[in-house]
Amino acid sequence: MKRHLISAADLSRDDAVLILDTAEELARLADRPIKKLPTLRGRTVVNLFFEDSTRTRISFEAAAKRLSADVINFSAKGSSVSKGESLKDTALTLEAMGADAVVIRHHSSGAPHRLATSGWINGSVVNAGDGTHEHPTQALLDAFTMRRRLASGASGVGQDLSGRRITIVGDVLHSRVARSNVHLLSTLGADVTLVAPPTLVPFGVESWPCDVSYDLDAVVGKSDAVMMLRVQRERMNAAFFPTEREYARRYGLNAERMARMPEHAIVMHPGPMNRGMEITAEVADSDRCTAVEQVANGVSIRMAVLYLLLGGNEPAVTAARTEENQ
Amino acid sequence: MSDTNKTLLRGARVLGGEPQDVLIEGERIAAVGTGLDADGATVIDAAGQILLPGLVDLHTHLREPGREDSETVLTGTKAAAVGGFTAVHAMANTFPVADTAGVVEQVWRLGKESGYCDVQPIGAVTVGLEGKKLAELGAMHESAAGVRVFSDDGKCVDDAVIMRRALEYVKAFDGVVAQHAQEPRLTEGAQMNEGIVSAELGLGGWPAVAEESIIARDVLLAAHVDSRVHICHLSTAGSVEIVRWAKSKGWNVTAEVTPHHLLLTDELVRSYNPVYKVNPPLRTEADVMALREALADGTIDCVATDHAPHPHEDKDCEWGAAAMGMVGLETALSVVQHTMVDTGLLDWAGVADRMSTRPSAIGRLTGQGRPIAAGEPANLTLLDSAYRGEVNPAGFASRSRNTPYEGRELPGRVTHTFLRGRATVVDGKLA
Amino acid sequence: MDARTSDAARSVLEAPDIARVLTRIAHEIVERAKGADDVVLLGIPTRGVFLARRLAARLEEITGRSAGELPVGSLDITMYRDDLRLRPARALARTDIPDDGIDGRLVVLVDDVLFSGRTIRAALDALGDIGRPRAVQLAVLVDRGHRELPIRADYVGKNLPTSLRETVKVQLTEEDGRDSVLLGLRETTSADGK
Repeated sequence: MKRHLISAADLSRDDAVLILDTAEELARLADRPIKKLPTLRGRTVVNLFFEDSTRTRISFEAAAKRLSADVINFSAKGSSVSKGESLKDTALTLEAMGADAVVIRHHSSGAPHRLATSGWINGSVVNAGDGTHEHPTQALLDAFTMRRRLASGASGVGQDLSGRRITIVGDVLHSRVARSNVHLLSTLGADVTLVAPPTLVPFGVESWPCDVSYDLDAVVGKSDAVMMLRVQRERMNAAFFPTEREYARRYGLNAERMARMPEHAIVMHPGPMNRGMEITAEVADSDRCTAVEQVANGVSIRMAVLYLLLGGNEPAVTAARTEENQ
Repeated sequence: MSDTNKTLLRGARVLGGEPQDVLIEGERIAAVGTGLDADGATVIDAAGQILLPGLVDLHTHLREPGREDSETVLTGTKAAAVGGFTAVHAMANTFPVADTAGVVEQVWRLGKESGYCDVQPIGAVTVGLEGKKLAELGAMHESAAGVRVFSDDGKCVDDAVIMRRALEYVKAFDGVVAQHAQEPRLTEGAQMNEGIVSAELGLGGWPAVAEESIIARDVLLAAHVDSRVHICHLSTAGSVEIVRWAKSKGWNVTAEVTPHHLLLTDELVRSYNPVYKVNPPLRTEADVMALREALADGTIDCVATDHAPHPHEDKDCEWGAAAMGMVGLETALSVVQHTMVDTGLLDWAGVADRMSTRPSAIGRLTGQGRPIAAGEPANLTLLDSAYRGEVNPAGFASRSRNTPYEGRELPGRVTHTFLRGRATVVDGKLA
Repeated sequence: MDARTSDAARSVLEAPDIARVLTRIAHEIVERAKGADDVVLLGIPTRGVFLARRLAARLEEITGRSAGELPVGSLDITMYRDDLRLRPARALARTDIPDDGIDGRLVVLVDDVLFSGRTIRAALDALGDIGRPRAVQLAVLVDRGHRELPIRADYVGKNLPTSLRETVKVQLTEEDGRDSVLLGLRETTSADGK
């Protein structure tokens, strides 16, 4: 089975570069009068969202539509799912409707993996974010954004991120974005450092291919990219940090800290941003912040993923780990 | 069920020793020796097979009343007999909760009617397992069920004062509190062992310290009030250390380990297959090794199955939505043979001790866990230890199929089980 | 082009032949396009792009324009292929449309081998999504026959009658280190040989 994208860890370096290169080519479509390709005509892509995420859903929807796929949006809210229908029965329904790919967002870690390996459906499964596990297309679009901004050659086609120093700051514990990025960026050769208060660093992080620091000031000056994670204010109530003010002071990115970053370095944010919390408005609105660019790049990356998974008689991207687990 | 009055087990290796004949007459063992005269008895060729005292489980979820879709006293005791058990302790987390004399007597009576193995109900420590108010422990003890083991299993008696009072109160009738050690605040949203795997999988962590801190507190409490405490399903190396320390002090502490914690690790959760979802969670290889060692040296007193049947739909779903628990009665002895006997950690006499004698003693059962000798009740289990086969849940006597061992090759097969002289299992099948 | 050719492949065009043929095609384009003022050359990756660049250089020379003046680009047709589902998804090649676009221009598509015509069909579909040329013409280095669609080339370097058991492989210095066209025998019955 090589037809799913569940975890960024499933991607080899060559797979990842192929996706980035394909996205680079597809990004050029945005400049053309007709922003559409006939490639997935007659294929059906279902966006199965058990969690609200308009941003991610419309990004996948735009990507599938630009490839001429038929798109069905299935939101758990107000549907039979909220009336107690199980993931299995939902999957069987989608299978009966002939879904070639299911893009799934789920609050439960591992739900996409379960969907892909349970035999409930035959189509491809694309993880659009599961619980606190992974969000591989977000990591891919982040890597794509970094490569474009930091690469030496033209958009960095064919290149990985060797030697780039990437700092990821914030609520790593609850972040599927961080997990996917650590896997993907290290696969692409980058040196990743996680920065967070110790309460928001996962127990067991020592097995991850990255460094961990509790001191943002110590690493900000030697980072090619600083990725700020969204920190939910509610975490304060569970004693992950004392106050918003203290969090912002110790782990937020403000203009003064940004000024100490290398000249070429960029600020990233997966959105939605908590201005005043992990990032000040001044930083968020600066030219160095790629948040809006990331959104645009998201469509190209998701087109690339859908094309590579569905465009041929078998996918061009291998999913080694999923395969092993069969 | 066979009503044969006399049965001769020919050439059985009693507790794994030299071949002997064992003659059963009526409810009792009439003789143990070599070359015993068959004299009208049904003869069973037990050559090469291991004869053990009937196994006793301190920790079984029979689900009745309330969740008869997953198990009933009848199907659960059938599964127990197939697994070589002659007595099980039925946990209290039923619907309604077994927190009154009425409910424990109902379960006790259903056990009597089933006839496949003895059912000793466990009473809840607190009303509704809510940890707030002591249940009528004395009434449950005085009932026909004669409850001596009390547990809120599934939930921890986390309030230190309630736990202290329960430990004190049961002293009046030689009771024991069996604690499900799980600090609730440290395990909010917990889905699996907290460690390297949980960090990668993004599943909420169940830290070892949540178990160990409660065990530490409870052994100190038991010592302080001079009562006895039993620790359910020990799962971490740290828990072993605490129990070992408490025992070295001479405190009245006993502990159990489940078969699955002797064999499986949290690496299996990488499949996100909910069949591996259990509470306490599967831990690491280091924990598994520490548990085996502790069972071998007696720090852990006994193996208890924590047989937890769940209907198919509660496991055929995503990890987060799945129920916790595994069935275990029908595979327990095989897993113990595989992890303890075949590894040389325990001999068959040791297995008899950990799976029959000691659990029976902790539960204060009479007529169970007795030596295999003339005059003793004929509660016996005959095991073909040379057998190797894949676990096939389709053939389970249990109503549920949620085994983590499906398709796995395990050694050993119970060929015969005798409950007070009556065969409940013959040639591996229910009599 | 992916079909394996046996070792016994026979060269039918060598470097001087290819150079001569391209020069002739360039002259033909100038003649038919009356000076090639509005010509845009679009090569089909991979080798069509190199051929388009070579043609562009010759056209500039013939028409007295400075180097790089004639618009030349590339047109990847992967996403428009009709056989996508017969094979694994493949990597995309570059599509590069000259800045002034193709609207109202004479687009000359350039490819190495014309065979079934399906590639050109896909290229015409792709062009339609990019703009509206005044006219579209086709230049190929080799026409090996066996058309499956009503498509013909306007400029042909060499007509090469072949059997379906044969393969035609074009080698160009930019990609292969040498210029030649090889005719060989198909080893197996797998790929389509273009």
